[in-house]
Amino acid sequence: MITDVLGKKLLFFDGGMGTLLQERGLKPGELPETWNISHKEEVYDIHRQYFEAGSDIVLANTFGANALKFHSDEYHLKDIIFAGIECAKKAAKNADCTGRERYVGLDVGPTGKLLKPMGDLDFEQAYCVFSEMMRYGEEAGADFIHIETMSDTYEVKAAVLAAKECTDLPVFVTMIYDEKGKLLTGGDVPSVVAMLEGLRVDALGMNCGLGPKQMLPILEQLMEYTSLPVIVKPNAGLPKQRNGETYYDVDPDRFSDTMKDVVRMGACVVGGCCGTTPSHIRALRKACEEIPVREPQQKNHTIVSSYGKAVVIGDKPVIIGERINPTGKKKLKQALKERDLDYILKEAIGEQENGAHILDVNVGLPDIDETAMMTEAVKAIQSVTSLPLQIDTVSIEAMEAAMRIYNGKPMINSVNGKQESMNQVFPLIRKYGGVVVGLTLDEAGIPDTAEGRLEIAGKIIREAEKYGISKKDIVIDVLAMTVSSDPNGAKTTLEALRLVREKLGVRTVLGVSNISFGLPYRPAINSNFYTMAMQNGLSAGIINPSSEDMMRSYYSYCALMNYDENFETYIRIYGNERAAGSADHAVQKREMTLGNAIEKGLKEEAVLITRQLTGEMEPLEIINQELVPALDRVGKGFEKGTVFLPQLLMSADAAKKAFTVIKDQFSDGEMDRSDLPKIILATVKGDIHDIGKNIVKVLLENYNFDVIDIGKDVAPEKIVEAARTHDVKLVGLSALMTTTVVSMEETIRQLRDQKPDCKVMVGGAVLNQEYADMIGADFYGKDAMQSVYYAQKLFGREVKAESE
Amino acid sequence: MNTRTKETIRYLGYGNHAVDEQTFALIEESFRELDKIASRRIIYRFFEIIPESDDSLYIGKLHIISKNLSKNLKNCKQAVLIGATLGTAVDQLMRRYQITDMSKAVVMQAAAAAMLEEYLDECQEKIRKEIEMEGKGLRPRFSPGYGDFDISNQKMVLRMLDADKTIGLTMTASYMLTPTKSVTAVIGICELKESCNKTGCEVCDKKDCIYRRNA
Repeated sequence: MITDVLGKKLLFFDGGMGTLLQERGLKPGELPETWNISHKEEVYDIHRQYFEAGSDIVLANTFGANALKFHSDEYHLKDIIFAGIECAKKAAKNADCTGRERYVGLDVGPTGKLLKPMGDLDFEQAYCVFSEMMRYGEEAGADFIHIETMSDTYEVKAAVLAAKECTDLPVFVTMIYDEKGKLLTGGDVPSVVAMLEGLRVDALGMNCGLGPKQMLPILEQLMEYTSLPVIVKPNAGLPKQRNGETYYDVDPDRFSDTMKDVVRMGACVVGGCCGTTPSHIRALRKACEEIPVREPQQKNHTIVSSYGKAVVIGDKPVIIGERINPTGKKKLKQALKERDLDYILKEAIGEQENGAHILDVNVGLPDIDETAMMTEAVKAIQSVTSLPLQIDTVSIEAMEAAMRIYNGKPMINSVNGKQESMNQVFPLIRKYGGVVVGLTLDEAGIPDTAEGRLEIAGKIIREAEKYGISKKDIVIDVLAMTVSSDPNGAKTTLEALRLVREKLGVRTVLGVSNISFGLPYRPAINSNFYTMAMQNGLSAGIINPSSEDMMRSYYSYCALMNYDENFETYIRIYGNERAAGSADHAVQKREMTLGNAIEKGLKEEAVLITRQLTGEMEPLEIINQELVPALDRVGKGFEKGTVFLPQLLMSADAAKKAFTVIKDQFSDGEMDRSDLPKIILATVKGDIHDIGKNIVKVLLENYNFDVIDIGKDVAPEKIVEAARTHDVKLVGLSALMTTTVVSMEETIRQLRDQKPDCKVMVGGAVLNQEYADMIGADFYGKDAMQSVYYAQKLFGREVKAESE
Repeated sequence: MNTRTKETIRYLGYGNHAVDEQTFALIEESFRELDKIASRRIIYRFFEIIPESDDSLYIGKLHIISKNLSKNLKNCKQAVLIGATLGTAVDQLMRRYQITDMSKAVVMQAAAAAMLEEYLDECQEKIRKEIEMEGKGLRPRFSPGYGDFDISNQKMVLRMLDADKTIGLTMTASYMLTPTKSVTAVIGICELKESCNKTGCEVCDKKDCIYRRNA
């Protein structure tokens, strides 16, 4: 097995394949894998040359042999992979290099597609495509799987899961970084390392993109963060162009010279990528063979990560936002019941803007499908923020589903000292990776003493070890108990925090605001307890980042403890405390009416004036005398071409804010939308540009329609199903390109068939009246306001033009 | 006012109208934020052109049937294929504003488009300087989806550029580029610096378009 020698002796990979095939006549754009059958002697010969030049490991010519990239009328994917492995194995057998153990890897490259939400490829579909490839590879006799040239953490996660679940082979992964040490999708070195180690790959590193010199600083970072054997496979320098041809000009001597540094720094599997040849590998082996290998060292960073970002939970405390948790939050409960993801997204974005580093996500309610809601919420939140998430649930099913589709290495809330809990949660951490919160309670309940909690923390850590989960992936929650019921509660918690940090050396987490339950003026107690907890070793407080008191404690603590260099953050936040108030001023002096504020799109002013008005007028009066006429004036201006789209939307937003104030004031925040006319909006299948649809949505909501937004790239069947379930009378469809108008036509056809009483309005860049008629739409809206007018007409809710 | 700001205002449909103060402020904010997070990347490669007939030609191995493109590349022996993107972070930012602030989202989407065009113009200018020494010039950019240059050519163009590997540029099943703020194009290389039209918008036949430059 290759894993027996991995990290113990220096292993040599092969070099470039594509360049050599091109020299032998492969054309740009031609699928290189077809050569495994059509030119198998050439492929075999290249492999053989590499073995003879000094490679211990050769990758089969299967880089793009996945169902999404490899489309051929002539060859079946399975045959291509089998032929590829066979060429390499034959070369391994016949090559003249006595005494050296030789290995053949299944080479797995990216699908060439971007995964959702940025692209249109489903995570599970990517998983299936990779699974097929991995199975063939193992069946054909590959010694290990090498996933390389990856630039997206999400895609690589799908590939690794496929390799692990469908085969028993060792898995190596190398990613492609730019000179700044970033992936093409924005991820950095620690975020990649955290995720891949969590998924338990056998070795990791980088390939392609850069030459050996440019890789040195990135290697330094890799060595800082990873405990695994590191692979380095550079190109022969940066690509250059001559007479329209791409070439690489770092020759074998210069290449191997820099590679000596690479090995000395700690890489233990080395080779080449684009532009490198058997000569490079020969020089490489000769130059590096005698350098003693540095065995991988255990690193102890506690890291959670997401799409583009890693958060290290270290000495400087981090903030976990607690807002996405329905406990005690009426509006969030309602949003969850109505599957109103936008509400959750707004909370998430708000928490980030207020300074959170990690977001807790808890969507548990008695009467909802928590697994479905959790995965949906995690996907949606990850599409708008790069902050790592803390998956917070007591449902093991929801936990696993969310861990699977999560992009990165999540934080998991939680496991506790009960045997049953550990038996359920640890296997998931072992499989998907994650930093898990360990609650210091067990079958006997929560110990009264700090020593008792320390004892359970120790038990959790020891049990985790049995699964190969190191203590850097456990953060202990010593539990904050309400002081009003246990006067010693705070003291015990603080003592336990200190003990856990000192005796066990693990990071800690705490839900801070529990402490003040039942007391008046809770922010005072909370914020002071928060400071005390940090002083006693709290690494991650779960708090409300929109609470100014808590944030003041946090920023002050960081400033005082020298975690805020030059007080940069503190000064940025508190440096000009008095800027606010200009809106207040104008409103105080009554220089502006609500109508003015809406027309000018001034949100703050609209809110302030509405608050004043709610004391003087009835809600309906405010709406009918101020709000609606102002909106109408703006709408008319838009039609005439004197008001433009950004202004229309600013006014819409100001009006919406005013509406919210009225609703909050008069109905305690709960909105009864049951009697509003429902409209479904969707961007049709194949289309991922949904800004047009979202503009229409904002305006329709403004005019008090209940919009059911089913998103972008939506299949006709799903739109029909939604139309029937909600029994709507109007569906609005949007499409951007001629290629997707076909889906629009099909959607209309199916709606006519299965929901004949439903009208369809359409819009989008390529449409016009003629086109809309041709595909059988009831109405074509040339802009967003037209859709509003049509909906009003259809539902008989035309607003009288009082303003004229 | 700089070019990208002017272009943003044009994309927002203002035509000859002056932009209002608030929208102008949003444009400036958008550029500030975009400049911080956009990761501009570009890849271009040169290929031979082999004309086949009035409405078909080969660019490298890529066979294209298109009257408009053939006309655009008339007398060119070589073409540059180009792919450029602002990266996924821009998409994420635009998505965020579609949740929290739709007017900002609309402005940012126009600003990102202007930023991308500006970036392409800069790159194209560099290429032009490279080949100028050989006494050659560049035709205007022509992208899959323009006129009768079928959008399905997107696939081969991306593959010929190894765009997924080199700049992280891919497409959906319906040939839309992802990340969304991206462009692929063919640029003809003409001999002897014959007069090459610089701009695209002006040559379009749709004279009543609200987005038309200098409308």
